[in-house]
Amino acid sequence: MKKKVFGNATDALAGIATDGMTVMAGGFGLCGMPASLIEALRDTGASALTCVSNNAGTDGEGLALLLSTGQIRKMISSYVGDNKLFSDLYLSGAIELEFCPQGTLAERCRAGGAGIAGFYTKTGVGTVNAEGKEIREFDGVPHVLETGIIADLALVKAEIADEDGNLIYRKTARNFNPDMAMGGRMTVAEVEQIVPAGSLDPDHIHTPGIFVQRVVQSTRAKRIEKLTERSKEVAQ
Amino acid sequence: MSWSRDEMAAKAAEEIEDGFYVNLGIGIPTLVANHIPADRDLILQSENGMLGMGPFPFEGEADPDLINAGKQTITELDRTSYFSSSTSFAMIRGGHIDLAILGTMEVAQNGDIANWMIPGKLVKGMGGGMDLVAGAKRVVVITDHVTKSGAPKLLKQCTLPLTGQGVVKRIITDLGIFDVKGEGLAVAEIAPGVSREQIQKATDAALLAWPDKELA
Repeated sequence: MKKKVFGNATDALAGIATDGMTVMAGGFGLCGMPASLIEALRDTGASALTCVSNNAGTDGEGLALLLSTGQIRKMISSYVGDNKLFSDLYLSGAIELEFCPQGTLAERCRAGGAGIAGFYTKTGVGTVNAEGKEIREFDGVPHVLETGIIADLALVKAEIADEDGNLIYRKTARNFNPDMAMGGRMTVAEVEQIVPAGSLDPDHIHTPGIFVQRVVQSTRAKRIEKLTERSKEVAQ
Repeated sequence: MSWSRDEMAAKAAEEIEDGFYVNLGIGIPTLVANHIPADRDLILQSENGMLGMGPFPFEGEADPDLINAGKQTITELDRTSYFSSSTSFAMIRGGHIDLAILGTMEVAQNGDIANWMIPGKLVKGMGGGMDLVAGAKRVVVITDHVTKSGAPKLLKQCTLPLTGQGVVKRIITDLGIFDVKGEGLAVAEIAPGVSREQIQKATDAALLAWPDKELA
């Protein structure tokens, strides 16, 4: 079998990052975000990118790295708050933005990867999100047509990969990663741990290796965006 | 006199039936979790991919892989399950969530809700809001009755871009509880010490009915 494990993030993106491509990046905020791969994508210099990601990074983290270098032409996201750089770029007209409801965004990625060109949903009917899109009634209820997204490149983050690219995620760091792993023509997974082929329990695999072409060890520490704690003394 | 945020949250908590799967929005709705009656068991859904959301972690025990939809660190319970975003929104869009309690900027007498965007001012996005209002079995809004500048938030018609059309069933504010009746709102309960005149003055939406019994 063709070797999937690469020595570092730069090698893992060698020859596959091109100008104008569509890139999916997993993560919900910084949680489950492929930080090493995003950094390596910045270093390829690929520009005029369309990035599909729930958020646009936070200041100085994640896709904000590519925003600050001007490599992103368009974002498809559900929420871009907590990001002053994005806000400034958008309001000055330097970047295009397509807002997409979060559930529609996840389903568009999943559908793209599953060979489903479009689907009808109630989400967004009667809002600006449905403007210019086909509306069709099912059982008397209007639904809007949304299209699947196929990305040239999907960057995902998982906890464990085996050498065949089978992935296991951890807690809420899973989020968009399984859907985007399916939605990429080429999917590169960044993981905390790489184990030999055959060492994972087949019943515990979240993303089967057929969706993953390349695997690399993560070199960026996990970050917390909004640390919220309670004191032991006042508990109970 | 009117209800405090915690009293509003306690009123919203009365909406929750035993065994409900509930999604709480960011802001005042998160307070609802502190007021669940002891005889009711519920499971909180967090749309970033978790059922069975626990409280905030103790100091020093936060896990970067474990956050809620507001990106705050949280904890898991012994009944928790995790899943992908598409599965999470299959729960929401597929009508499996019994109740969504959300905050808002505006809500109209026909159940329209606008809580995601102020044109030219606020570039944030709808997140999962449009999915929640379209898919949850029941949508309850919890909000201050008027804006910070004193303008009514309960309107005949929303002026901001909509999050959803005709989706809100009940509105809980610091002044009372209001049920959406299409042609207007029916006042289901008035907060203690609040007068009809006070509500009428602070409300743009038509008020169709008043509760039989009013608290002094």
